[in-house]
Order: sequence, then structure tokens, then C-alpha cells
Amino acid sequence: MIEIKNLEFNYPGNKKKVFQGLNLSLKENRIYGLLGKNGMGKSTLLYLIAGLLQPKKGEVTVNGIESKLRRPEVLSEIYVVPEEYNLPNLTLKQYKKIHQAFYPRFSEEILNRCLTDFDMPLDANFKHLSMGQKKKIYMSFAIASCCQLLLMDEPTNGLDIPSKALFRKVVAGNLPEDSSLIISTHQVHDVEQLLDHVFILQNSEMIVNASVNELAEQYEFSYRNATEMDDSVIYAEPSLQGNAVIAHKKANSPETTINLELLFNAATLGKLNNK
Amino acid sequence: MNFSNNKAIYEQMADRLCDEVIAETYKADDRIPSVREYSVMLEVNTNTAVKAYELLAREKIIYNKRGLGYFVSPNARKQILAQRKKGFMNDMLPELFRQMTLLEIDIKEVVEEWENRS
Repeated sequence: MIEIKNLEFNYPGNKKKVFQGLNLSLKENRIYGLLGKNGMGKSTLLYLIAGLLQPKKGEVTVNGIESKLRRPEVLSEIYVVPEEYNLPNLTLKQYKKIHQAFYPRFSEEILNRCLTDFDMPLDANFKHLSMGQKKKIYMSFAIASCCQLLLMDEPTNGLDIPSKALFRKVVAGNLPEDSSLIISTHQVHDVEQLLDHVFILQNSEMIVNASVNELAEQYEFSYRNATEMDDSVIYAEPSLQGNAVIAHKKANSPETTINLELLFNAATLGKLNNK
Repeated sequence: MNFSNNKAIYEQMADRLCDEVIAETYKADDRIPSVREYSVMLEVNTNTAVKAYELLAREKIIYNKRGLGYFVSPNARKQILAQRKKGFMNDMLPELFRQMTLLEIDIKEVVEEWENRS
């Protein structure tokens, strides 16, 4: 669906390359987690995919068409939910009337279901809403657009505690079957059980690009005490339950739940050097 | 649900459904929640829930009726109990015995506790 080839990008007036020869491909019906430290280019990558920024070299194509051309057939398949935004002083009804025409498969039913799941009224005036409430409406609209690709930048920032669980419910229950979602985030615990695939971006490289299945087949995530720290251990952090450990998984041992924070720390410290 | 336990999430989901079959929340030939419903309830990715259901279908604990959803197999409860019993005998009991030896607990003390249990 999305192919990124030899992508190069730097911001004008800044020689530092954000991307230098990045290659990546994205498929349908997947939820991707895009992780990386501050300033590694997560949001920049989302904007390049959406055609909001243009590559210096290389290309980003959506269904074979370069996204930088901003062709209607591409724009009607991508919905971006930025980290922060202003909504005009309209009611949701008015907003819907103006915007839904751009998305041929827009579904009122899904919109109402998402809003209900988020505990939001089905109509509201944006003027009277808090940031978190606007975010819930905007994300509901994004899912209801039924675009092939949804890009969400820090979707759980600004949501209150119960709403983070509601966010997971909304995505699990309403994301259309053929749509893919990229969630760029630092809040790994808010989203880890939703993900199909993990990207970790560092110094213009994807240092981790693997499905959750591949990670679970390759690594064991467990807690071990001092006597169990054998040479299968790749990375460990002390914790209350003992050492939190990533180890090479033995072929016949059962799969374990991925500890995304531990994986992130290990990867960004260069401990997973097999990639 | 909190996935703190070490098992893979899809296995924990499968275990949870098995618990519900043992508790007879779902009886033989009852329809269980759809993949989508179950993934929403536990806030997980639908593909993970699919994996849990496939595992249970492979083990013949649930069966699929095309277009209608998944149902509890007639023998499911028996089968889960047999499986769990095997796990108890092979894993939990040896660990219990190991602890008893370590702490010098005589089997008689355990039997006494067993007979006085409320």
C-alpha cells in the first residue's frame, strides 16, 4: 500500500538530514507503532507519507502514486490526526457537512459508534470543548473516514486516564478492516497491546522494523533473579519483580508478552545488533 | 484486563475464555462473543483476538459456524479440565513438593490443613 524508497529529507536551512536513504513498506489491515526519541523524525515521517512535506530525494508512494503530488485519489485515502490542532468554531454537524464529501466511504454509523464509545455527545460545538474532547471528536472522524491509512501523532496525549482505555476500545472496535493505522507515540503502555508491528526510528534509520509475531518468536521477555542471568540474556533492567530481561528465545519455549519499553531501551542503546 | 503475566497476550485471552467455559459462563453449544467484541472488551488488536480464537479452534474447544460465529464445543469443559489437571500434576505439584522439601513440611501437616479447610 505505502512504499518508501531511498527517502532523503532535511528541513530548509538545516543541513542535518532527518532521513538518508530510508526504505519502508506498509501493508493493509495493520496497526503500526512508530517509536523513537524526541527529534528523531517521527512526525516528519508521518507528514512525508501524507504529502504535507516533500522528499528531497527518493519517493513515497501510496498505491503507486507519489504522495507529494497531492492527487485527490491519494488524499482521500489518508487521514492525519496531528498532535495539536485547532478546530474552527463550528458544530460537529457543520464540520461533517463540509468535510465528509472528501472521503467517499465516510460512515456516519462508525462516527456515531466511535463518539458513543468515547462517551461524547453526537453533536457539539467545538468552541465549548477541551483539547482532549476535541481530540476524541477528531479521532472519531478520522476512523469514520474509512481511509486506507490513518496517521495519528501522539493520540493519547491530552486524554484523561479512563479515555486512554477508551481509545484502545475505539480502535479495536471500529477501525475498518482494510485500514491501516500508524500511531506515533512515546506512551508505549497506552498502545502496546494494540500493535501488529513495531518501528523504532533512530538517527534516520529504522533500527527495529518487525511484526509483533516476529518479535515474540525471536525474543523472550521475562523477569529473572540474579541466579538466572545466563548468557541468553541480551539486555536487562533492574525492577521490583527482579531483573526485567530480554533474552534469545529458545525454539520450543512458549511465547511471552512483549515489553515494549524494554525493547525500546535495548534497541536505542544498540543491544539488539542483529538488525 | 491487565496483561502482566508473562504468557503471550493471545494465550492469556484463550485462557480467559477457557476459564469462562469452566465457570459455565458459556455452556456447550453457546455462542461466544465475536472476535471483534472480545478484542474490544480486552482492548487488544483484532488480529490478536483472531489468533486466540484460532488456537482454541485448533484445540477443538470452540467451533465455527460460517456466518454465525464461534460456539463452545460439546466436550470443551471436560477437555479443558483434563488439560488443566495435567498442568497441575506435571508442573504445580512438583513445585509444591519442592517447596515442601525446602521448608521441611510434612505431608501430614498438609493433609490436616486439607481436612480442616472451610
